[in-house]
Amino acid sequence: MERIPILRMGHLLLVTIQVEMDDRIALRLQEDLTNQIEKIGARGVLIDISALEIVDSFIARMISNISAMAQLLNARTVVVGMQPAVAITLVELGLTMSGIKTALNVERGMAMLTTSEDFESGNGEQ
Amino acid sequence: MAHVQMGTAAILKQHRNQILTDWMKELSNGLQSDGRISNSELSDQTREFLNLLQSASSINGIGDVESESWVPIREFLDGISRSRAQQGFSSAETATFIFSLKKPLFDFLRQELGNDPQVLADEIWNATELLDHLGLHTIKTFQKAREDVIRRQQEELLELSTPVVKVWDGVLALPIIGTLDSARTQIVMESLLQKIVDTGSEIAIIDITGVPTVDTMTAQHLLKTVAAIRMMGADCIISGIRPQIAQTIVHLGVDLQGVTTKATLADALTMALKRSGFIVSRNKA
Repeated sequence: MERIPILRMGHLLLVTIQVEMDDRIALRLQEDLTNQIEKIGARGVLIDISALEIVDSFIARMISNISAMAQLLNARTVVVGMQPAVAITLVELGLTMSGIKTALNVERGMAMLTTSEDFESGNGEQ
Repeated sequence: MAHVQMGTAAILKQHRNQILTDWMKELSNGLQSDGRISNSELSDQTREFLNLLQSASSINGIGDVESESWVPIREFLDGISRSRAQQGFSSAETATFIFSLKKPLFDFLRQELGNDPQVLADEIWNATELLDHLGLHTIKTFQKAREDVIRRQQEELLELSTPVVKVWDGVLALPIIGTLDSARTQIVMESLLQKIVDTGSEIAIIDITGVPTVDTMTAQHLLKTVAAIRMMGADCIISGIRPQIAQTIVHLGVDLQGVTTKATLADALTMALKRSGFIVSRNKA
């Protein structure tokens, strides 16, 4: 079964969604990611959706959920690279994903995660 | 009936030159000669029309104007009304081109068939019907040509009206001029978001100085655009809010709380620069 790879970079996890997300893949990702966060004690999760052309309300909710779950596990989530068409569709659907941090590209998202206070204090604890 | 139909066609043929002269006289009476169309051009057109009318009516007589034999004359009229529309004639002036043929034509019909009122009435009815049809056709084409012009202008306006300007490294500005409706918001949103992705800009300024009125729909569209920009990971400042517009927004009860707003584009740019970490200072000599 197809699954989305989760890359580890220190205390960050990098998820690049390259395939068309269907509901099963999304659920699988949710499970894998939470396990990984717990396993390595990740402080930040970066989800790159720049390859996604279509995001429906279910996928949007999945991403929201993943972000909330990561928060509970003491990791911050940044969603990067959302396509204009996707942003327009989500706004038209009335989903503003207000709880989620977003950045234009991976570089900026990475900067957000590494400079965030939580991450630094998290580092300090270790 | 065949005899009657021959009547008009024959008269057209026989008195062609006289009819032409009279028609020209009628035309120059009706139209103000302000140089939009020259007399020689007009007389070319009348001659061409009479030729076509003659050949069309001599094939089948004056029958159904929608039929095959009338195709050349309809095409000729299409050309005329299109060029009239472009030259800025009104629809009445365009239709006059056809309708002013009635008087000279009827004069000759009366002259030739005056001694038989029955035939004369029939023939005049036929000719009237024919010319009315042709006139209506002219107006139809004229209107279509005008609508084409309007549609083209609207499309051009839409394209013209959404320039996304890069005002600083990482700062985009979008001055909106004119009313914001749904179709425009869509285009504005698309071009702005695409430009944000292309340039990697983190701050976009939407300047609404040129938006005459803001109603709930406009505000809704602005909020949607801001939400989409935020969702992509950039931020948005709305500038150019005039006092009246500020009043309207509050009176309408629109909630712009989550959105950064500034009175002028300069204020917005200052803020954008500050947020990006730039310091602008005057070089004191």
